Amino acid sequence: MRLVLEKRAERSTIIALISPLIAIGLTIVTLCILFAILGKNPISALAVYFIDPLTDGYSLQEIAVKATPLVMIAIGLSLCYLANAWNIGAEGQFLIGAVAGSWLAVKTQGTDAGHWVLPAMLALGAIAGALYALIPAICKVRFGASEILTSLMLVYVADLLLDYLVRGPWRDPQGFNFPTTAEFDPVATVPTLIEGGRLHLGSIVALLVVAAGAVLLGRTIKGFEIRVVGAAPRAARFGGFNANQLVLLTFAISGALAGLAGIIEVAGPVGHLQPGISPGYGFTAIIVAFLGRLNPIGILIAGLFLALTFIGGEQAQIAMKIPLDVTKVFQGILLFYVLACDSLILYRFRLISTSPKVQSGAR
Amino acid sequence: MELVEAIILSVLAASTPLLLAATGELVTERSGVLNLGVEGMMIVGAACGFGAAWLSGSIIFGAFCGVVAGILMSLIFALMALGLAVNQVATGLALTILGIGLSGLIGAGFVGERITPAPHLYIPGLTDIPLAGRILFGEDAFVYLSIALVVGVWWFLYRTRAGLILRACGDNHVSAHALGYPVLRIRLYAVMFGGACAGLAGAYLPLAYTPFFIPGMTAGRGWIALALTVFASWRPARLVVGAYLFGAVTILQLHAQGAGIGIPSQFMSSLPYLATIIVLVLLSRARTGGSTAPAALGTVFVPDR
Amino acid sequence: MKRALFAAAALLMAGCINGGAWAADKLKVGFIYLGPVGDLGWTYQHELARQALVKELGDKIETTFLENVPEGPDAERAIEQLVRAGNKLIFTTSFGYMDPTLKVAKKYPNVHFEHCSGYKRDKNMSTYSARWYQGRYIQGQIAAKMSKAGVLGYIGSFPIPEVVSGINATMLGAQTVNPNIKVKIIWVNSWFDPGKEADAAKALLDQGADMIMQHTDSPAAMQVAGERGKLAFGQDSEMIKFGPKAQLTSILDTWAPYYIERVKAELAGTWKSEDTWGGLDTKMFEMAPYTNMPDDVKKMAEDTQAAITAGKSHPFKCPVVAQDGKEVECKGGDHLQDGQILGMNFYVKGIDDKIPGK
Repeated sequence: MRLVLEKRAERSTIIALISPLIAIGLTIVTLCILFAILGKNPISALAVYFIDPLTDGYSLQEIAVKATPLVMIAIGLSLCYLANAWNIGAEGQFLIGAVAGSWLAVKTQGTDAGHWVLPAMLALGAIAGALYALIPAICKVRFGASEILTSLMLVYVADLLLDYLVRGPWRDPQGFNFPTTAEFDPVATVPTLIEGGRLHLGSIVALLVVAAGAVLLGRTIKGFEIRVVGAAPRAARFGGFNANQLVLLTFAISGALAGLAGIIEVAGPVGHLQPGISPGYGFTAIIVAFLGRLNPIGILIAGLFLALTFIGGEQAQIAMKIPLDVTKVFQGILLFYVLACDSLILYRFRLISTSPKVQSGAR
Repeated sequence: MELVEAIILSVLAASTPLLLAATGELVTERSGVLNLGVEGMMIVGAACGFGAAWLSGSIIFGAFCGVVAGILMSLIFALMALGLAVNQVATGLALTILGIGLSGLIGAGFVGERITPAPHLYIPGLTDIPLAGRILFGEDAFVYLSIALVVGVWWFLYRTRAGLILRACGDNHVSAHALGYPVLRIRLYAVMFGGACAGLAGAYLPLAYTPFFIPGMTAGRGWIALALTVFASWRPARLVVGAYLFGAVTILQLHAQGAGIGIPSQFMSSLPYLATIIVLVLLSRARTGGSTAPAALGTVFVPDR
Repeated sequence: MKRALFAAAALLMAGCINGGAWAADKLKVGFIYLGPVGDLGWTYQHELARQALVKELGDKIETTFLENVPEGPDAERAIEQLVRAGNKLIFTTSFGYMDPTLKVAKKYPNVHFEHCSGYKRDKNMSTYSARWYQGRYIQGQIAAKMSKAGVLGYIGSFPIPEVVSGINATMLGAQTVNPNIKVKIIWVNSWFDPGKEADAAKALLDQGADMIMQHTDSPAAMQVAGERGKLAFGQDSEMIKFGPKAQLTSILDTWAPYYIERVKAELAGTWKSEDTWGGLDTKMFEMAPYTNMPDDVKKMAEDTQAAITAGKSHPFKCPVVAQDGKEVECKGGDHLQDGQILGMNFYVKGIDDKIPGK
């Protein structure tokens, strides 16, 4: 006898509903064991991670701020992944968007440029992100080069370009040679929403992006094409859908969203261009996209949830002296459980009798 | 001439962890599995390898434990990506997050300790040969092991039946399955081999390169290894060239600075990545009808029954 | 009165904070670290100082730290989290936290901040740093004495004034011994990448340097020098364990006295925003024991150290001649003014290289 995985005839709605609960339950059990080993009280540790950040306005704002770039990028990535186009270079597109938008901020610095600066910066960021994402897309469509790998390579190139610019041409003349541009002018800064808080306009943009994603996928022909091309490429071909065109389109959209997220992050919470503006948003967003099951609303929830673990992780360091590494381990475990449980929506386990060689040989 | 010899020696050492990790990933990817968790497996290998060597005083035992740690990490990946058919990209990224956390916890116990690094070989007569001697016979054993490993992998992939089957799984898992090959089991072995190599590559850093453990000491080398497999277009011979080219750019960039040549270092550092993309495009073009990447790379496989 | 006000504000704040398991009688002191506490260098030294602080004043204070806080969008939140957890005095220990610290400081006027190595201050935000260039001057003299090749290898992190002034001080010190001394500089564009630091050390030695000086944080370069039978200077922390035969001395970041002093001031209600740039005289940093050198070199180093400590000697004594041969304007009497050193963006005569990005 052995256990095998097999595809369900159709996705299981029940599992889809209860799988997050199972995953969280498993995580809690694992965490309790982990905390017990570390000699911390599991109940209060769990409260610090999951409950406390939800109980005050400040933490809620910070969760939204942290989730904003993750959600925006992940929405774009989900379109790619649904269309079977594997953009894993969102980190690079994020950085290029930040660089392109910052160019205008640096050039208009100290001039009396009006309120057109910020919208123009956002547009530049989005366009640059889209163009940068089109490089791997074109390489794939035109030459058949694996987009997974070219998009990943371009992350490093973007990172080095940013590094070069802030250490060289764009360096703040008053900044004592530290690798950063000068602080952006107010007209080049994303406004905050609440006095004294960090919640900024970008979070609203992210919500609009979620809504647009939901409409695109649920209500438009293009959205339908994207889903069909990904789920049933043969059917799509018979239906006359142009898969290549969709690769270009989804890459451009996801690049634009990543670039937009990049410039919003730089012109918002950071306020200037410097190395290290992204603590891996582009990669974390891939996880967010899958945690959210490539569904816009799911992504919104997943992004907020992942942000919660970051904020909770900091509070755990402060309140319970739980090392940051434990938070990383905990995030890793949580992701594994969620992904594993979600797998059971499409698949199920079955016990079969052994002698697989004979069996498969016979077919 | 001495400078050239010295540069070559540095390049060999700097390239070794890249070559080791990339060799493992090459086999994994050839079987059709994309494991983006190389960095995570490496850093855990580094922590466990150093810890074991420090406790036991044996480099070999340390390397062994690094390998075991890498395998254990890869088994988590295999359970998810193969056993539960979870998306490989997401799983690999999650594995890296987990690995960074785990290595920090493991490494906390021996912060500030140091060990005697793996000795450089000395074979009387041979190592003393002018110019070539130290390069061919004077590095630490890992350097030569990594080359032997690549040769072994080449032989396995192209000269054995098992290698042929492994490649078949990577190119078309449906056909391979139809022919009666246990696709998932073969992939499991390939993933484990990738983990073992990544663990060894990670362990190389604290055991031979810089003989202490510091959290985050892999500093992105796992990601470069991923780039290398592409650069090499999944061919072992090209992998060697690629690894040494990556290593050479890193080292020469430093030498250029020391010699006062003022090229922006970022420009030189970005060359290997740009080269990788160009190589990928050229190779894909050269072979009409698709890329040289294993066709089933990164796709989920669940056997029909 | 002031103290009572603080306590009231703190209590108020504690009320808003979840859980509220806060002891009103203990001062909460927070730290933000750039690296992991086990990095063996920069963050490690701050952590050691925090531990010393706890040992000294543990009955009156409670400390918390956040480690591995990137100098990006997360820094501001991390600092604010410490404020919200009731910390009244917060040390932010890396240059990149300057703007985030300032932002949070403006928002919480009743909390005091101490930012390490920056130049922006506020009513409730002090800065502190150490005159490491003094130590580098001594190292330069030792290096020139000990180097047979007359070529020093210097591993830089980023070309910021702190590092540039360190290179200049080294050269000025070295030139007092050997006017023809040469230096080769490699920038690794990182504070912390052991592999790359080791590679840089190898490259420098391969190019003919026989002495390694570093302004990066890991002991990797020391290790390489030891392995090659060459000499080196440590950075941040005692690195002799990694090069028992190689380490000549090391600049040790000893933050503990400063931290203890500032926390005592906070406890007494006498904390004021200040700009502290301490040197050998105030023990803001120390020199590790002079090892692996003959007695006469050791004597010279000790004499120089004593002279600098007593204020009789200054590394940037006028005239200072820049690379282009022009004399630098002497704004500080008989030596360069602090501002000139803090913003140093030129190499002194005798360095053939040029500052990257300039």
